[in-house]
Amino acid sequence: MREPVRTIQLSVNGQASTVTVPVRKTLADVLREELRLTGTHVGCEQGVCGACTVWLDGEPVRSCLLLAVQAEGHQVTTVEALGTADHLHPVQQAFWENHGLQCGFCTPGILMTVVAFLREHPAPSREEIREALAGHLCRCTGYQNIVRAVEDAARRLRPARG
Amino acid sequence: MGEGTVWTGRRMPRLEDPKLVRGRGAFVDDLMPEGTLHVAVVRSPHAHARILRIEAARARGAPGVVAVVTADDLSLPPVPAEGLRGAKLAPHPTLARGVVRYVGEPVAAVVAASRAQAEDAAALVEVAYEPLEAVTDPQEALHDRVLVHPELRTNVAYRRQVRAGDPDGAFAQAYRVVRATIRQQRVAAIPMETRGVLASWDGALGLLTVWSSTQVPHDLRDALADALGLEANRIRVVAPDVGGGFGAKLNTYPEEVLVAELSRRLGRPVKWVESRRENLVATAQGRSQAGEFEVACDPRGRILAIRARLVADIGAYTLATTVDIPALTVRVLTGPYAIDHVQAEVAEVYTHKTPTGAYRGAGRPEATFYLERLVDLVAAELRLDAAVVRRRNLLPKSAFPYRSPTGARYDSGDYRKALRVLLDRAGYRELRRQQAQLRAQGRYLGIGLSCYVEVCTFGWETARVRVAPDGSAVVFTGTSPHGQGGATGLAQVAADRLGIPPDRVQVVHGDTLAVASGMGTAGSRTLVVGGSAVLRAADKVRRKMQRIAAHLLEASVRDVELRDGVFAVRGSERTVTVAAVAEAAYQASRLPEGLTPGLEEEGTFVVEQATAPFGAHLCVVEVDPETGEVDVLRYVSVDDCGVVVNPLLVEGQIQGGVVQAMGQALLEEVAYDPAGQPLVATLADYPVPRAVHAPAIEMHRTVTPSPTNPLGAKGVGEAGTIGATPAFANAVLDALRTFGVLHLDTPLRPERVWRAIREGRAWG
Ligand code: FES
Ligand code: FES
Repeated sequence: MREPVRTIQLSVNGQASTVTVPVRKTLADVLREELRLTGTHVGCEQGVCGACTVWLDGEPVRSCLLLAVQAEGHQVTTVEALGTADHLHPVQQAFWENHGLQCGFCTPGILMTVVAFLREHPAPSREEIREALAGHLCRCTGYQNIVRAVEDAARRLRPARG
Repeated sequence: MGEGTVWTGRRMPRLEDPKLVRGRGAFVDDLMPEGTLHVAVVRSPHAHARILRIEAARARGAPGVVAVVTADDLSLPPVPAEGLRGAKLAPHPTLARGVVRYVGEPVAAVVAASRAQAEDAAALVEVAYEPLEAVTDPQEALHDRVLVHPELRTNVAYRRQVRAGDPDGAFAQAYRVVRATIRQQRVAAIPMETRGVLASWDGALGLLTVWSSTQVPHDLRDALADALGLEANRIRVVAPDVGGGFGAKLNTYPEEVLVAELSRRLGRPVKWVESRRENLVATAQGRSQAGEFEVACDPRGRILAIRARLVADIGAYTLATTVDIPALTVRVLTGPYAIDHVQAEVAEVYTHKTPTGAYRGAGRPEATFYLERLVDLVAAELRLDAAVVRRRNLLPKSAFPYRSPTGARYDSGDYRKALRVLLDRAGYRELRRQQAQLRAQGRYLGIGLSCYVEVCTFGWETARVRVAPDGSAVVFTGTSPHGQGGATGLAQVAADRLGIPPDRVQVVHGDTLAVASGMGTAGSRTLVVGGSAVLRAADKVRRKMQRIAAHLLEASVRDVELRDGVFAVRGSERTVTVAAVAEAAYQASRLPEGLTPGLEEEGTFVVEQATAPFGAHLCVVEVDPETGEVDVLRYVSVDDCGVVVNPLLVEGQIQGGVVQAMGQALLEEVAYDPAGQPLVATLADYPVPRAVHAPAIEMHRTVTPSPTNPLGAKGVGEAGTIGATPAFANAVLDALRTFGVLHLDTPLRPERVWRAIREGRAWG
């Protein structure tokens, strides 16, 4: 039996892409293997750890739970789109300066959640930050510096909002 | 001489981070060489069974399949593993031959063009099994009725007894004897990146390159050389970015040997990446031991003697770290306390379960957990305050260097000070007052204490340090950091010796081509042992630079000093930069007589005496008597890891370690049913702490330099986990005292706590 495939069009990090993919392949695997955007990590394959978080039309989703074909016609954004070649995104910068990562495996997914969260909650409390992180697992940091990094990032982003 | 330590001690953000926050790291699964084949492993669904037949024809004919192999096809030796002298080892087969001994044991492997095709075909491999009786309870396994390895004639892999002082005499004189049975459940390490390995055989050159998510690339190289019959020099093992290990990636695993061999046979790159489901059965698990204890004490709570009988359930095979851990537990059994009389024995027992091995702390958290529970039981028995009993038993400052009755050596310390600082910073008296007050209102606060000492830093390390003509440096180390920030710490150490800022120091680790041998990252050793080697190598480079500088400045070597990246003649204006010296170092004509061109040196540091980080932790919880739920209100730690190279990294290790300990104390367990079926299949069944559970930790430090190494550091990677596990448990049990509950085994999940309260109420 031949693997059923489909050709889909989607926008990834602002670029239109046409890819032919097995219909059962997850968005996470297509991003990683077909488009070589390996910043999106897979930690559980089951929607539990959040490592695979990307944006679909600007909203965080777990790319291990979506089939790539479901992203047809949508805009997908991955960690590689944060910041520019010369400058880290303020959230990335805050994670760096506050030691908000250790092995860094969980980090890309957490960054995608946090950047989206801070758009809606420019001045979150610590409890709100911890709630926002509830869908992510990090085995290294104990979360404390992640929370600190998010607080710091919120401060960095606020003045720019005017 | 300018002994500046400009960089050591700084809270420097990590050199590792920019690529990681950009998603530009390179973990094993991110490496995708052209033409890579993918492996799926067929695993045993039985805890114990005879393999009658393996039918692979359908799988071989499936789309994309290149090969299906079983033990008979490969005839590989078992995974090399050494163990303590006298141990009856059962090395792990690469693929099962004849019998399977735990759920998840590899039986066959399918190689296909894609991972999905390999997995599809793996489901078509038909294995006929004859199920056999399994033994899962270690106490029962001790009776040898069902043998895991009949050829060993016993289920006991290792037994050790220690007797020191006069335990019988001490018990005869005891004011009271406290007895307890304490069990520490099996837990899984759960690095967020599972294991993975990619191998590429170059037939023309006879070279094997292996990328593996490992903590010990050199060990893996040597194990592959053994198993595959290759020269170690023809194998290069690289640990690229590694997404956590926590001890579980210290072993060589069957899949690593298998994938390397498949690449050699097929002449193509071959990759296997562990699924999370596999990770929960196929990666070594931790703790998994229990002890029966008797503690003799005097009326003031001084512990006179301990008797202990430990049984460790080590699972079905011995991996590299399996046998060492329970033995180490006995060695450090008396912890930070002055206990002179000990009688202890440990039996390590095979069962039909996943093998165990090192898990953060590896033997020392187990000992600390037993001891800290016992100290609380002594305090309860005598109606003394838990802090007072600890203070009365802690080794005094004058005791160091100390040799414990069980043979552990402690380098330096002031244990009472750590406890004093903790009680002071936490406001212990006030906490106890609040506790009493709230109790009157029907609220149940618990305050848990824990004192610990960790004996760590083993082996030796080599480092090479090179300064290039452009004045930048590169450090090669045999350690293999995988999240701790070792590259940053080592760069800081080198920077100070070389007068080159850390962002111009590149650190190459996790590559067997970097240095000839190395012992990886484990046992809190990277900065202490690896860093001391870097320091020595950098010192040699610095001395050579100083001679060149003196020559260039036409001064005597003794008059030249290094300050802020510049060599200067003392008491004059004449200077030359490190970069200019580096440039000259590569030009034979500009060198003083007797020096050869180049700026590269090697340094080695051999551990002669282990270090002993220590500290004291305090945890405050509130228990809801109606639901059994535990809310962590505060967590305060005092840790002494000697001289600190980068406080940011130290704090990260403590924070992560404490929360990992919280998982063990309150949430996590890999449970099995009596037939040996694991009851945990996904991360949804295995509750790793999340941000909403984890406390913010109030961290404090005391600094007692270690005399054992030139940095004065003691190591910190495991301290948080060692100190914290009992602090959480003691806090919950302190809250339950009112209900007459003295001990409960971990994990202290709501249901267990609730039941204990209900039974306690019924009694009381
Ligand atoms: S990999 Fe998608 S949630 Fe874990
Ligand atoms: S930094 Fe390692 S899992 Fe989060």
